[in-house]
Amino acid sequence: MKRALALLAAGAAVAAGCGSDSGGGGGGGGGGGSAPTRLVVSAAASMKEALTACAPAFGKEANASVKLSFAGSDELAAQIRQRAKVDVFAAANTKLPDQLHAAAKLGTPVKFATNEFVLAVPKDSKIRSIDGLTRSGTKLVIGSASVPIGSYTRQTLAKLPPAKRKAILANVRSNEPDVKGIVGKLTLGAADAGFVYVTDVNATNGKLKAIGLSKRLEPQVTYGAGVVHGSKRAGLAKRFVDGLTQGTCADALHKAGFGPAP
Amino acid sequence: MRRPGWFGALLALCLAVALTFLTVPIAAIFANSSPADLISSLGERGSLDALWLSLRTTAVSIAIILAVGTPAAYLLATRSFRGKALVVTLVELPLVLPPAVAGIALLAAVGPSGILGGAVDAAGIELSLATAGVVVALTFVSSPFYVRQAMAAFAAVDRSLLDASRTLGASEARGFLRVLIPVALPGLASGMALALGRALGEFGATLMFAGSFQGVTQTVPLAIYDRFSTNFDSALALSAVLVAVSAAILLAVKFVQGGAALGGWQAE
Repeated sequence: MKRALALLAAGAAVAAGCGSDSGGGGGGGGGGGSAPTRLVVSAAASMKEALTACAPAFGKEANASVKLSFAGSDELAAQIRQRAKVDVFAAANTKLPDQLHAAAKLGTPVKFATNEFVLAVPKDSKIRSIDGLTRSGTKLVIGSASVPIGSYTRQTLAKLPPAKRKAILANVRSNEPDVKGIVGKLTLGAADAGFVYVTDVNATNGKLKAIGLSKRLEPQVTYGAGVVHGSKRAGLAKRFVDGLTQGTCADALHKAGFGPAP
Repeated sequence: MRRPGWFGALLALCLAVALTFLTVPIAAIFANSSPADLISSLGERGSLDALWLSLRTTAVSIAIILAVGTPAAYLLATRSFRGKALVVTLVELPLVLPPAVAGIALLAAVGPSGILGGAVDAAGIELSLATAGVVVALTFVSSPFYVRQAMAAFAAVDRSLLDASRTLGASEARGFLRVLIPVALPGLASGMALALGRALGEFGATLMFAGSFQGVTQTVPLAIYDRFSTNFDSALALSAVLVAVSAAILLAVKFVQGGAALGGWQAE
């Protein structure tokens, strides 16, 4: 029955349409000796652009074919709990990797990057600060409570005076399962504002602009990753995780706007 | 009685494989959620909100589909005109569209910055991130299921029946309502069941176009996805409810068809 559940979980992952095959390995397959090893990486949706860019280069270096799966970190963690065959888990917080580690599902997690939590609005928006969200009729889109971006949002809102918090929460129109859902609603004009990471705003090529929050309101956003227990490619997985702090993928993350590990 | 040869054995084997493949996952849902879990999960506010929203939006969307789709299907089944094949293909197109494409397409068409967004806004209608948007998404993805089936049902009706009603002086509208629809009813019902099932299960287009907010746009499939990460048991229980509702719809249609079949006409 456990197997059936794992299948269900895997099916859900596929149904969510988050898988994207970034066939690393390098084009010149004839040159190398053995066939590239398949490495499955489950990563937070916010890292989609950065990791998609660096996975082929990593694959070439390590003779691996990197299969990337992006979704809300919480969904990915749930898949790993349901024994999805994943080698690396990279989350948009440290809480989920720590929880999986405590449950003996993940090796010791490493902190590999930081991100900035911002308010995102369309580039021609009149909203200038978080105070602009209190106006009735403003369509605000946030992450659902279980996904890291949603929990950072709730942490931030909790620091506001109750009246202001209430006014802002009354404008929430959707609780999205991952950060890309928020960005999509904003770029397509379906929403007026949303809380995302600055790297997501950078990835929209100017369609959105980021409004920074005061230091008092801004949550500490640290990304954690680890090797999934039971991975048959633990060595390669470890190499990928290490590469998130130093190497091609670290460079790609930096280029996308991620900060270095704390 | 024929002696079962190798071909018969192959057929039986394939059926056994198909049956196992299709029923084990559904059985697993029930094996993992006790009736107590089921009831306690239904007790959660979010679950009842999601169920009620799913039922309401599905009912409205099915009503729209029946009202508009039935005459449209009748026209397509009984008239021939230039470009008919193209029209039929266009009507059926959402059948093969991935739900995510349907969601993007709806945003691009009637979203706030879509090509018709201004007109929708000017009319004072709010679709994206609103309950009405869920109805639009459900109607878009599930209406082809009904129209397709309804066309087949109308096309299968013996034309002489309608001609007879015409010679007896009935107008075409009267013949359509009093003769064709009753005779085609089993086919229409099965088309409705397909559309209903598709609408109840709709996920991607709803999430992209209408978003996910408890009591407003979070239908049962969205609530299941929302829980999958935090509360797998609750997601299973809600899935079990959806399976039960869908099975009840299917059985009800079989029952209707069974009754009508006694009249000598069987759908499909």
